[in-house]
This record gives sequence, C-alpha cells and structure tokens, in this order.
Amino acid sequence: MDLKELYQDIILEHGKSPRNLGKCEGYNHDAKGYNPLCGDKVHIYLKLDAKKKVESLTFEGEGCAISLASASIMTELVKGKSFKETKEIMNAFLNMIKNNYELQSKHLDDDQKTKLMSLSGVKQFPMRVKCATLSWHTLVSALKGKKKEVNTEETDR
Amino acid sequence: MDVSKIKSQFPIFSKKIHGKQLVYLDSSNSSQKPLSVINRLNVFYKNEFSNIGRSIHSLAVNATNKFEETRISVKNFINAKFKEEIIFTKNATEAINLVATTFGQQNIKEGDEIIVTELEHHSNYVPWHFLRESKKAIIKFAPINEDGDIVIEKLQKLITDKTKIIAITHLSNVTGTIVPIKEIVEIARKKNIPVLVDGCQSAPHIKIDVLDLDCDFYAFSAHKVYGPTGVGILYSKKKWLEKLPPYMGGGAMISEVKKDKITYAPLPEKYEAGTMSTAEVIAFNESIKFVESIGMNNVMKHEKEITNYALENLKKINSVKIIGNPKNKAGVISFTVKGVHPHDIATILDEDGVAIRAGHHCCQIFHEKMNLSATARASIGVYNTRDDIDILCKAIENCRKIFDLK
Repeated sequence: MDLKELYQDIILEHGKSPRNLGKCEGYNHDAKGYNPLCGDKVHIYLKLDAKKKVESLTFEGEGCAISLASASIMTELVKGKSFKETKEIMNAFLNMIKNNYELQSKHLDDDQKTKLMSLSGVKQFPMRVKCATLSWHTLVSALKGKKKEVNTEETDR
Repeated sequence: MDVSKIKSQFPIFSKKIHGKQLVYLDSSNSSQKPLSVINRLNVFYKNEFSNIGRSIHSLAVNATNKFEETRISVKNFINAKFKEEIIFTKNATEAINLVATTFGQQNIKEGDEIIVTELEHHSNYVPWHFLRESKKAIIKFAPINEDGDIVIEKLQKLITDKTKIIAITHLSNVTGTIVPIKEIVEIARKKNIPVLVDGCQSAPHIKIDVLDLDCDFYAFSAHKVYGPTGVGILYSKKKWLEKLPPYMGGGAMISEVKKDKITYAPLPEKYEAGTMSTAEVIAFNESIKFVESIGMNNVMKHEKEITNYALENLKKINSVKIIGNPKNKAGVISFTVKGVHPHDIATILDEDGVAIRAGHHCCQIFHEKMNLSATARASIGVYNTRDDIDILCKAIENCRKIFDLK
C-alpha cells in the first residue's frame, strides 16, 4: 500500500480548498448523505435546467481529505451532464475504486478522467472507499428527488 | 514492573504491520491477548471441551467447575460479596441491556426519569432510549464542562422524585475522565436511587471495588481486560437480581417447566439462558491472573506514566489539540490535528504500524457537545511503552508532512 497513491497532490489540494462549496443559487434539488461509520456528512445542492441537465452543482459538508476531494472533483465533472450521463460516470468511478476496473467513460474528456483517476488509490484502502462514494450516492439521490438521507451503510454493502 | 517482559507475553507484538513494528494504541476499543489466554482456549477445546451444566459426565463436571472458578475470580477481582452477583453475558452491552430491560419492565412507568451523562458510550444510552420509546420515560443528560468532567452539582439538580435510576460511565472512552462514582452513589443513596456503572474502560485500568463504590450494577467486558471476546460481566447487588424478572428465556435458566407454569433457576443461572461462551469464560480466568500477576497498582502506575509522557509529547506538536482536560485522567487520549481529518490521521498512522481509532468512538452526544464531528484516539494498555509514544508522535509529524502543514 502506498500513501502517496492515496494522497495525491490533486486530492490534497481539493481537500484543502474544495470547489463549489456552499448552496448554489436557485437549486431545485438537494439531498443529504451520511456515513455513520465516521460521521462524515454531505449536503448536495443541484440546479437542473429545462432539459434536465446539471446547470449547477454545489455541496456543503465535513469530512476527511478523501471525502471532500471526491465531492469537489465530482461537482466539476458532472456540470452540464444529464442524469443518465451522471449515473454512467458514477458507475465507472465505483467500478474503478471498488472492483479495480480501468476508468472508462465516454462522457469525460482525458483531463477529467485524470482528475477522477486521482482517487483510484482508495481501492487499496477498503476502509476508506465509503469516504469517496458518499457524495456520488448523495448526488444520485438528489437527482432522483429522494427525501431519505443517503446512508453509506446501505449504499455500499 | 518490566514492560518488555509483559509485552513479550503478547504474541501479536512479534507481528509486523506494513513491515513495521506494531504500536497498538487502541486498547480502549479492545485489548490484545496474552499467550496464556490464547493457550487456555486452545487447551480447553483440545482436551477439555464440554458444555457446562446438566451433564453428568466428567468432562461436563470439569468444564462446569472451571466456568465457576472464573466466576469466583471475577468476584474477587471487583471485590463483590457473593459469586451469585456475577452474571456472564455476551458483552457489556448485553449486561446493560439486561438491566435496562428487566429494571425498566418492573420499575419504569410513563414520566419516570433516567439520568445518564453526556460522556456515555452509546451502549449506556441506547438501552435506556428503548424505555423512552416503550414506556415514555424521560432521559436526562448530566452535563459535562469544557474539561470533560461531569458537573456534580448539575447532576444533583437533575434528580427529582421521578428519578428511577442513574446510569453512568466510570471512565470516559473519549476523554479518559475518571468519574467520581462514589460521590455520585452517595448522592443517589440519599434518594434511594440505584446506580448502574458502565465499567468497560475502568475494569482494565483501575482497581475496582464494587463494595466500596456501593453501586447497584457494574458492567464490563472481558475483551478489554486482555480476555476473549464474547464475554460480558454484569455485577449486580443480589437484592436486584432476586427481585428483577429474568431477561432471556431458555435452557439453564429454568427450575421447572410445566404446560401452565414455569419456575426459574436460582442465581446466577436465572440470568444465564442457553449455552454460554464456555471456553471464553474459562479462558478469561487467565486474563484476571495475568492482570493480578502484575498487580493493579502497578498497572495504574505504569499507565499513568505513559499517559503523562504521551500528553507531554503530543502537546509539543504544533496543531495537536487534546480533547478534554479532566481532573483525574486515565490513558485515553483523544485529539485533533489542525488541517488533517482524524480518518486521514488513522490511515497514515496505520502505514507506520500505529493502530489508533478515529471517529466518534460511539459517543456522538459528546462530540456534538464539543462541536466535533470526529477525533483521533490513542488509548493505552499495560503493554505500551515510551517507545510506542515516540513512534506515535513521529507518525503524527508524518501526517503533517503529507498534508504540507507548517
């Protein structure tokens, strides 16, 4: 196991200064997520445009470097994407960190893939996978308009 | 006391973690096991195995005798008056649930009050919450101050004519606060209110004398006292165990079973339904022997020294903040490092072979009160050395380096 692979510069940087923090103006969807194992919390705010694409996406939350960086990177990548595209990206991401697959997505350009791949080190640290997945599950919940808080103990069994 | 000699009795310390020497600072969670305990389990299963209780054959007689020997050792270990006052359970959580359920069934009605504290582990809050749900009881929290000490005057003010029981920890698993149980029991006595003590953290680390504490109930677990998992201990004054209803029904806890009537076994079997963790209870006797061979006073002296050394050195590290500053503190040190989340600390420390805990340590009430979402916790056992603390401090410096903190 290699700490440098887990804590890549890009993760440390996003963890220290997360992008798209706060409530976006005119949000029409939101959802909360919680990781009961460690107490990490995230609240996703989402504005879908008339074509149901993500116009803006922000989050509030507290957590470790991995969970903050994952949420921050997610808000950058998903902008402009439809629900279907977002789910596809999430599945590619989950497959990468949970099943050790290579990251494949036709909805991300190479730069975006590199960014998301910076989180691949998490797969070597099974106890930390939920830190990285919390914001994604919460985003999907927000897109679906679900009222119930996301709980990583239920989403990542 | 020779720590290296003690450490050498624990086989796990010859194991490497990520190629590094193991520095185990998670004894508040569960302690490691000396070879004598591990061997006892092995020998019992190999040469002596039988269920205890009813069978006549010689293996059963031996197993029953050995099981009861542990009961007597536990009685002496905590200075209880009668061996019937020692009930074996699955864990300390079950011991507290046993009291909450049976005591609640008999003595709690709508509007009655239960006092717990803001220091409690979830296992000494959630069982009482069940009574809030089922009986509409009221739970009051005795507040703590900034230092992590329970404010006795404030606890005293919570007591009313409706207070039915006080459930309180002896030693906080977050701040290491040693709670003045005797003082609280004296206050409760004046109003005839029983006191349950959660002794999970105190039993392994301070001399326990339940007669001196005069508490009604005292619960702890074997696995934190260098013993096997699967064994909890409930001490209860005999008068309560005789008066309260049984908890679980099944074999061993009955006296006579008819189609229209069942009578229950005498103590302690009344509360020990079904097959017990036989091997584990028997092996727990070795844990008690291990602690007693060192002597609880020596354990306390050693752990105090290591705790003070740890506090002194952690305070020297920039941006480390120790949580709580109780008047009387045991070897449980929760801390935060500015700029590094406790989970990141735990992952990075693990790479250096240092096992700590990160999170809310099953004390969300405490963390909310202190406005913390999570903390890192280093907790000390009898096998820890100054070396361990030096490695811990170096590993924390490494976190700061990885996170590029000045």
